[in-house]
Amino acid sequence: MLTRRTETVNIALEEDIVRVRQSTRKLAVECGFSLVDQTKMVTAASELARNTFVFGRGGTATLQVIQDGGRTGLRLTFEDQGPGIADIEQAMSDGYTSGQGLGLGLGGAKRLVNEFEIRSKVGEGTTVVITRWK
Amino acid sequence: MERIPILKMGPFLLVTIQVDMHDRLAQTLQDDLAERVVKDGSRGVLIDISSLEVVDSFIGRMLARIASISRILDAETVVVGMQPAVAITLVELGMSLEGVKTALNVEKGMEILQRSLGVETGGDENAHPEN
Repeated sequence: MLTRRTETVNIALEEDIVRVRQSTRKLAVECGFSLVDQTKMVTAASELARNTFVFGRGGTATLQVIQDGGRTGLRLTFEDQGPGIADIEQAMSDGYTSGQGLGLGLGGAKRLVNEFEIRSKVGEGTTVVITRWK
Repeated sequence: MERIPILKMGPFLLVTIQVDMHDRLAQTLQDDLAERVVKDGSRGVLIDISSLEVVDSFIGRMLARIASISRILDAETVVVGMQPAVAITLVELGMSLEGVKTALNVEKGMEILQRSLGVETGGDENAHPEN
């Protein structure tokens, strides 16, 4: 698999969630995604960037345009060194919330992408990787 | 402080969201609208989101909360102009915006608000001259 392009956005302020959305949109357009697919990817990015900001106490989003054989995709990696998630299965379920919002963040984001991966360790942080192929 | 402008049109308030809102800005809009509904004695709120390319769960929740708050304050809320890609994404995300009235455009949204006024003042012949 080839990485064609990488961009990193620091998530330290609330406004950075908007920057993640804008950078994701730009790369999704570059990948040739349809408008619906762009919107899905940008929305998933927004949910995950907010999780990184609110629950992870800030972190980074790494955006990569990747190529695998003949297909092009957009892969986003959200990393934080926050408190981590003890029960990932529970955190993924709709309606689960750690205090703010409806808890659609993780489960909702997963439904909007082709591949979803989450790793978390209590006390060390959380990494979420999502990929959408054209 | 950055704010989304709220316009008064007779008994209604009109908001056109034209920027990619960060969360605090959305929160401020919700609070400003609640205050204006009371201060202006507004009977309806029309929110035009046709320029919004993304509505995530935070914005979706804000729209639902504005509708609930307005209802308690005796005003109707109509959200208009949602882009098809946004609607598809919202539903897949798991948000159906239950309890939020929607219309395709500003004109249709205004009709809904006008009608809601008409129903309530049904006894007033001036409100419904065609009946």
